Order: sequence, then structure tokens, then C-alpha cells
Amino acid sequence: MNSTKTFYLVFSLLGGLILLFIIGPLVGMVFSTSPVQLFEAVGEAEVRNSIWLTLWVSMAATMVFAIAAVPFSWLLARKNFRFKQLVLGIIDLPVVIPHSAAGIAVLGFISRESAVGKMASSIGIDLVGNPAGIALAMAFVSIPFLINAARDGFATVPEKLEKAALNMGASRFRVFMSISLPLAWRSVVSGFIMMFARGMSEFGAVVIVAYHPMIAPVIIYERFSSFGLNYARPVAVLFLAVCLVFFIFLRLITNRIGTYGNSQNV
Amino acid sequence: MEILRMYNIHFNAGNFAMYNVDFSVNQGDYFILLGPSGAGKTLILELIAGFFQPTKGDIYLQNKNITKVPIQEREVGLLFQDFAIFPHMSVFDNIAYPVRKKISNKVKLNEIVSQMARELEIEHLLKRNPATLSGGEQQRVALARTLMIKPTVLLLDEPLAALDVQLRSGTRSLLRHLNQKGQTILHVTHDYEEAAILGQRIAVVENNTIAQCGTYDEIFHHPRSSFIANFIGIRNFFKGRLLTNKAGSKQLEVNGVIINILTDHPDGNGYAVIRSEDIFLSSEPVESSATNILRGVITSIEPARLGFEIGINAGIPLIASISKGSVEKLGLENGKEIWAGFKSTAVRFVSE
Repeated sequence: MNSTKTFYLVFSLLGGLILLFIIGPLVGMVFSTSPVQLFEAVGEAEVRNSIWLTLWVSMAATMVFAIAAVPFSWLLARKNFRFKQLVLGIIDLPVVIPHSAAGIAVLGFISRESAVGKMASSIGIDLVGNPAGIALAMAFVSIPFLINAARDGFATVPEKLEKAALNMGASRFRVFMSISLPLAWRSVVSGFIMMFARGMSEFGAVVIVAYHPMIAPVIIYERFSSFGLNYARPVAVLFLAVCLVFFIFLRLITNRIGTYGNSQNV
Repeated sequence: MEILRMYNIHFNAGNFAMYNVDFSVNQGDYFILLGPSGAGKTLILELIAGFFQPTKGDIYLQNKNITKVPIQEREVGLLFQDFAIFPHMSVFDNIAYPVRKKISNKVKLNEIVSQMARELEIEHLLKRNPATLSGGEQQRVALARTLMIKPTVLLLDEPLAALDVQLRSGTRSLLRHLNQKGQTILHVTHDYEEAAILGQRIAVVENNTIAQCGTYDEIFHHPRSSFIANFIGIRNFFKGRLLTNKAGSKQLEVNGVIINILTDHPDGNGYAVIRSEDIFLSSEPVESSATNILRGVITSIEPARLGFEIGINAGIPLIASISKGSVEKLGLENGKEIWAGFKSTAVRFVSE
């Protein structure tokens, strides 16, 4: 056997081990759950509610934060400014800090004693233990995924096209909406999905901000610590299935958009 | 009437600088910025469009100082060298882009876009995706889009460079036609032929500044820059009419003088270029492979960078570059009768 073949064989085997490591536990979990257990889990209102809560809160957090994050990403892609590296470092911070620490930080930020908490309670909202608080915790740990993907997307849009549009008298805002955003659309949507998925799967930060109402990762943990592995597993499998369906669905939509969506009448 | 004025513009971007860029374009001008690549010609257009700010100096458009006016309010249309077509929009949407916010009536918008497309002969492309267009078609789409803003000055960045030779003459006559209809044009090129054929006034960009500015005659007959002086061949540049004679060979008629020429261009108006090095002189008509032997009178003898440049009036004004030795051997002097010869293959024809 020649050395090139051996080389590729060894590398492929190593890759196979990694794939097995990812797929193995997941498949194992699915196979150790009987259909009956799964149906029981689906039948529980508490489980259904928690999954629904997780989905909509993460979606809402992603949408609300996208309003600020997407224009910010364009700025980061286009402009060089002093301390830009520092700003980029700050954006990546939530990825590297322990998520329980992130939860503590967010809790301090929104607790009744904080300025934000006081403002919220003045209009009758208690952010702690509220879906809004959960959304903030989710957004805190997942926003870098959207910003970084959108920034990469905007960076690939030729600046010349934006200049051409300006030259034709279009306002800066119109150029952003009609040229930059549609051409970076694929990356922006991809970042959107990543942020949504990351927010949905967050446990550490959310559990500190709001044990109740329980999102799916929290209920899985609660079942496990109170009743053990066998009781946590069906909920985990169900949530996993829902996440996968959403993930695949959104990916399919993005692929359909293609590189340059349909003609934009703006 | 002066429409655009670059007043003492300086620009410094660290690795590239321009200084003392000063020229003005009149209403209805076809103005050429001519210079070697990398001289900063495109930068001048981008300064006028407002993509960059000059370090010093002022830009006036219709007597209004626009140096600090934002890009989108300048009303100068720039045709990019690579066209900058919006790839996610149809041809129609590309052309409609500049006016879509101004014209809300769909029927009216359709009409205006169709009319512009008709004028540039691209009406059949309106529904197409720009990715499916050829380079020439893309250029017309980009030009139509730029013309939609009714630019005070149309800025063209090397509009012919990206085109096949066959497409060039079509674009040239389109641009000339636009200019004849009153469109002021500022056209950047590195091609002296383009400059000579299209330009009413020419500014030569060299060594980070404007080396010379003037009419075709001033620039090419009294060059003040080495870039132009290197194109000595351009001294023999004639407007004429290409004909096919009874024997079936091509001839160019210039001011009543017939020049034999080898070309496969169809008959019509155009320009002949003969390099001054390709013209030889003799004191009497000689048998040679040259099919063009013109009798003339010497009008000037000027020392040049290499040898001498001899001006001859042979019905048309010719300039021949010859060595010092030949001048002495032939005993050349002003007023002397002389025969100027050149091969029909030495004549380049450029159609109008």
C-alpha cells in the first residue's frame, strides 16, 4: 500500500471517529426511548408548553435583536474605526465566557434593583422569571452568531454596487435596504438561524435568570435531577426532534432563496 | 459655458497622491482625460462623484461648490468600468432604480424605462437577468441606468476598454450621438486613438497631475508631456472616407487625396493613422513596394527626440520621422519638393 493511501485512510478514520462521537450518543438516546414514552411526553401539557415557549421566545429574541444587529454588522463590514478590534472582541465575548456567568451578569442587569429592572417594573413588568428576561438571556449568548454571519455577508457585497446606487441619487437607507441587504441576504438569514438555534438550546444563562416559566432545556434538567435519566430522555428526544425539524426547514428556505433572491422592487 | 470646474485639487491617500488637478469642462463638451494606467484618471472621476474627498481644492458644478455635497445629491452620473449592474435585479429594475422613488405611477415608470431602453436598443432585454447578458449589453444597461438621472455631466470610466473591437465602433457612435444631443461627457481613457476620435477637448493626466489641457491640435501637435510625445505616430491622423475602387481594393479619400489601404472594414467615414516612422522620403519617385507615393513640399524641419521630424504638405499635412544622416544625404530644406512614400499596410483605419 502506498503512503498517500495510508495517509488518507488514517485521516478518514479519525474523521469517522469524530462523526461517530457526535451521532452515537444522539442515536443511542433516540433508540433507548420507546414510542410509548415519547407519546407520553407529547401528551404532557407542561412539556408541550415548555417547547413552545422555547421556540417563540428564542424567535422573538432573534427578531428584536436583529433590528439592531444587522445594521451594526453592515457598519462593521464597511467601516474601519479606532478600537474596531476591541469592538469585535466584545462581540465575541459571550461565546467564550461560561454561560452560568453570563446568566449571573444578565440577572444583575435586569433584577428589580437595577435601572433596567426599575424601568420595567414601573410599567408593571418583572423581567426576572418572565419570558422577556429569558429572551434577554438567550440573546446575550447567541447574538455573536448573527452579527458575525451578517458581517461576513456584507463584506462580500462589492462596495462599488453601493456606490453606484448612491451615485444614482438613492439615499443611504435605500441603498442599505435595496442593495446591501438583499445581496447579503443569505448570510444574514443563516446568521439568523444560528442565533435562533443557539438561543433555543441555551440552558446555563436562562436557568439563572428564570427557572420558571421552564424552557425545554430547563425542563429536561429538572426531570433528570428529580426523577433520573429515564424520565428526562423522552423530553430530550422530543425537543431534539423539534429542533432538527426547524433547523432543516429553515435551511431549506435559505437554500431556496439562492444567492440573489428574486427581483426586489425597492 | 463652464459646467464643471476642478479648482486646484489635491488628494493624498498615503500611498497615492495627486496635486494641482485643475481643469474645466464646458456645457456640451466631449472632454477626454487621457493618461497611462495608474495615473489617477479614475480617481478624478471618483472625486467628482464624491466617493472621495479632496485634501485641498474645490469642485464646482454649475457654479455651485459641491466639494462637500454628499454623493447622492451630486447629479453626476458615473458609468463604472465594470458596469456595476445590480445582480439581484432584472434589467428593467436596474434601469428603473434611479427613478423608482420619484415616479410612483407604474404605467409612467414603464413608459420612461422603455423609452430609455429603446433609445439604447436594449428594449428586448428588459425582462432578462443581468447575469445572462454579454459585456456590451451590460454596458448599455448600465449606461441607460446612469442616463435615467439626467446627469449634468456623464462620467465614463474607460467605456471602450472592456469591449471587443467589433463592439467599440457601435459604442463610440452611441456616445458621440449622446453628446450631439447635448449631453456633457467626461471620458477617461488610456487610448490616444479614442481620445483623438472622440475628444473635443483633452486633458492629459501624467505624473499625478494634469500635464496639458487643450484641443486635439494643441495636445498632439504641441505635446507637453512624454506620454503624448511617445505617440508620435498620431501626428499623421486624418479624417476621411473609405471607398472600394473599381479594381475592388480599398482606398481612403482624405481632402481629395487618395491613399491606398489594406483593410477589411466596410466603406464609410473613419480615421486613418500613419506612424511618422513608416513614411520614407525620396528626392524623386522611386519603384518600391509602397503603393502610396505622394508629391509634396517640405514645410518644416524640426529636431526630435530621435532624429528629425519633417513636415510635408502633400495635399494633406504629413510628418515623417527620419534620421539626421538622411536629412543631410537628401539635402532637405524648407520649400524643397519631395516624394513621401508609405505602404498600404502602414495605414491603420479606425471606423467612425
